[in-house]
Amino acid sequence: MKKRAYMTLVVALMLCLALLASCTGTGTTPTTSGTAAKTDAPADTTKATETEKPEETDPPAESETETEAETTAAETTAPEETQGDLEAPIKIGGIGPLSGGAAVYGIAVANGAKIAVDEINALGGRQFELNFQDDEHDAEKSVNAYNVLKDWGMQVLVGTVTTTPGVAVSPEAFADRVFMLTPSASSPLVIEGKDNVFQMCFTDPNQGIASAQYISEKKLGEKVAIIYNNGDAYSSGIYEKFVSEADEADFEVVSTTTFTDETANDFSVQLTEAKNAGADLIFLPIYYQPASLILTQAKALDYAPAFFGVDGMDGILTVENFDTSLAEGVMLLTPFAADATDDLTVSFVEKYQKEYGEIPNQFAADAYDCVYAIYEALKDSEANAETSAEDLCTELIATFTSESFVFNGLTGDNMTWAASGEVAKSPKGMVIEDGAYVGMD
Amino acid sequence: MAFLSYLISGISLGSIYAIIALGYTMVYGIAKMLNFAHGDVIMVGGYMAYMATTEFGWSPLPSTLFAMAVCTLLGVLIEQFAYKPLRRAPSLAVLITAIGVSYFLQNAALLLWSANPKSFTSVVPFGTLRLFDGRLIISGTAMFTIIICIVIIVGLSAIVHRTKVGKAMRAVSEDRDAAQLMGVSVNRTISTTFAIGSALAAIAGVLLSSAYPILMPTSGAMPGIKAFTAAVFGGIGSIPGAFLGGILLGIIEILGKAYISTQLSDAIVFAVLIIILLVKPTGLLGRKVLVKV
Repeated sequence: MKKRAYMTLVVALMLCLALLASCTGTGTTPTTSGTAAKTDAPADTTKATETEKPEETDPPAESETETEAETTAAETTAPEETQGDLEAPIKIGGIGPLSGGAAVYGIAVANGAKIAVDEINALGGRQFELNFQDDEHDAEKSVNAYNVLKDWGMQVLVGTVTTTPGVAVSPEAFADRVFMLTPSASSPLVIEGKDNVFQMCFTDPNQGIASAQYISEKKLGEKVAIIYNNGDAYSSGIYEKFVSEADEADFEVVSTTTFTDETANDFSVQLTEAKNAGADLIFLPIYYQPASLILTQAKALDYAPAFFGVDGMDGILTVENFDTSLAEGVMLLTPFAADATDDLTVSFVEKYQKEYGEIPNQFAADAYDCVYAIYEALKDSEANAETSAEDLCTELIATFTSESFVFNGLTGDNMTWAASGEVAKSPKGMVIEDGAYVGMD
Repeated sequence: MAFLSYLISGISLGSIYAIIALGYTMVYGIAKMLNFAHGDVIMVGGYMAYMATTEFGWSPLPSTLFAMAVCTLLGVLIEQFAYKPLRRAPSLAVLITAIGVSYFLQNAALLLWSANPKSFTSVVPFGTLRLFDGRLIISGTAMFTIIICIVIIVGLSAIVHRTKVGKAMRAVSEDRDAAQLMGVSVNRTISTTFAIGSALAAIAGVLLSSAYPILMPTSGAMPGIKAFTAAVFGGIGSIPGAFLGGILLGIIEILGKAYISTQLSDAIVFAVLIIILLVKPTGLLGRKVLVKV
């Protein structure tokens, strides 16, 4: 009897340990320096198709922890990084969901940032080193990831990818004086009251306002229904501004319904309500997973209104095995069009496709722009690997807010930043045709 | 007419909850443990059917059977390796183990199939039904789910009440030690229960993914919790209770959403649960002692 009780305890303990190990495993996965990630990645990516890619973020957990000792040793010498250049790389930290429900965004950001870093490093001159940490779209894990990066010696932060973690991480970055440029955490809460936090994407209010104006100007619908996630800061932020802007717009909001992450399965009620209210356009300020369910269920209900989404809708075409005909005609506002014909976009899309086997979405483009914006801002700077994060932060704030700093990137021309951290650029309307994004203008 | 269509959505959602709840309730009734990994077995079932249809190109029926076979094996293995050594352990240790297994399955799925959501192709053989000039639309999935749920309930009741295995199950559920003394193999009975429960989980996974075709490693977690609620609602340990609890939970959820507030639907569900438990602490059909499963 006693022996059994001991056995039980031991088994329970082991399970707890396994649990802990799996938690910390994902959290600290790529703790090793970018050099390790770099040596791994190409081997993976050559065969990496869309399906295999996210594994790339997980399996290295073992291989990297094993080689941790070597890589930390390698870090001091950093052999392949230097490539004849004398300058040691500036350490850029990245945070985003590489696993979990929002992984599509995090992976796109990590990939986009990596392409930019590789390009910059290949130019010679200033070198960057990227260390991207997984936060699973969870505020707590995001702060953990931030602390891991701090210990690693991060000088600049490109992140977070999503809003909720961003709201948790930005006060830390503010307190520590680490310059933070988020590619896609779009809530004003992320930047509010923090002079060192900047955004590459539109803020949520701007997306709401721009969407309402766009629908009104283009006369896309007269009776609009809204389905939004009231448990999510991103979704409700856009919704609020959209509604206040809708008062002046040329359409009428006839139905407003909500859901939460816990009830994001069945949308028959919301759709029936919109249908009964006679809505001819449904505005979906939500992420693409629930959106794809809404599209499927609307079809089952024989209901075919126009659908209008925001940047969270981006990614719907990457859902494996998704019947893209369901998304036919779905419109969304996004700052980046992969089918644009300017040289910058063409070369980026080509590289991304070659490396990762899929068409980049706007998150990848945002991340690419983030790295380049930092690169541009540091062009005439004396900063190097020895500069403290704090000094670099002061310098970057001054550059980003100076009037002469104008950045041209994939996601817009002549971008400028206000002291609040908000970016000024204009959105593009896109529509999904034959399973691809096409510009509407 | 709107009410009728809400009611049908509610029953269809409730049928899925009911099938999942059966797994919880059977295992609880016989092994006296809460198998929190049940929701994740559902997810595995969904992925197996997905693999069978997309990777091997199988048609829906063999895919579902394949998913059932894999899940049955998985259920028996989990029981054998994780729960059996803890047969005499305090229930808390078993509960923690179940949570551990749940995490293990979720993370294994994350490694195997990555976090990218997959879109499941529905296995439902018939299309949407339009009645009253298209004013009432019943999706094929809804009808199919309800039919399958009824078939399962009838089949399961027959197994439990008409077969020797069922007799053994009832005996173990009533008094494990006495059953053993009478020559019932407790271990084998519990393994059989896990096998049946996991096969049901596979069917639930296929139906769930057909109705809500986004498949992720966390897909099973939330329906699992809801179904657990349904099992408690109907009286955990009782098969008709799980059925009733599941259906009612689905109906309350949908009607609450439709007529009270989309924001409060979950709050309404749990408020009803609390009231029921205050009035009848053992759940709707739960009896204080005896006759479990």
